[in-house]
Amino acid sequence: MNVGIVIVSHSADIARGTVDMVRQMVGDNVPLAWCGGNPEGGLGTNVEAILKAIDLAWSEVGVAILVDLGGAETNSEMAIELLPDDRRNKVVVCNAPIVEGAILAATEASGGASLDDVRRTAEELSPS
Amino acid sequence: MRNETAQINGEVRMTHETGLHARPSVKLTKLAKTFSSTIHLAVAQEGPWVDAKSIAKVMATKAPQNTTLYFRAAGSDAVEAVRAMIALVEHDFADGNGTASAD
Repeated sequence: MNVGIVIVSHSADIARGTVDMVRQMVGDNVPLAWCGGNPEGGLGTNVEAILKAIDLAWSEVGVAILVDLGGAETNSEMAIELLPDDRRNKVVVCNAPIVEGAILAATEASGGASLDDVRRTAEELSPS
Repeated sequence: MRNETAQINGEVRMTHETGLHARPSVKLTKLAKTFSSTIHLAVAQEGPWVDAKSIAKVMATKAPQNTTLYFRAAGSDAVEAVRAMIALVEHDFADGNGTASAD
């Protein structure tokens, strides 16, 4: 069982496109879900959509979330707070660029790595 | 009789036109992860050697077309590992494991 990946962007196009890139480059053996944009077709993120995406990408070994800016991060953190007790400690937000981090995280996850290793790999690109 | 601690070496010229860019790096890393041996990669015989199972490090080599890639592996499946890495590069990263390569 592999760690799942959730993409949270303000833009539905960026989130969907990032997931497409991961599927094409890494393959289908990592649970993947995305959310982004508001119901009117504009930009935005919201906690409910993030919770739904976490559910879709759920894996017992954990879920790593990649976010773009500001609200994507705070709403993801809020979504994690709202998870049931047995799931809350299995979801992390990665401090990594959304597209590059998603590819790196998924590559690591596809080999059966732990959630900690997946996050560490995604964050290898971040300036230290 | 194979010495299980012996280091296995191999080298191959990379003809793939984009070099070790994103997609080839992902395939190489994914393949490396299927072996239990440690596998290292370098773009020069004297190194520096990077962990072939680390996607960030493999991508960071930015090895262009016609680079000779050097592999070394140690562990119980080191021979198979080096053989598989070389085959992947020789075949232009065409048949990685488990990727949707319909392009």
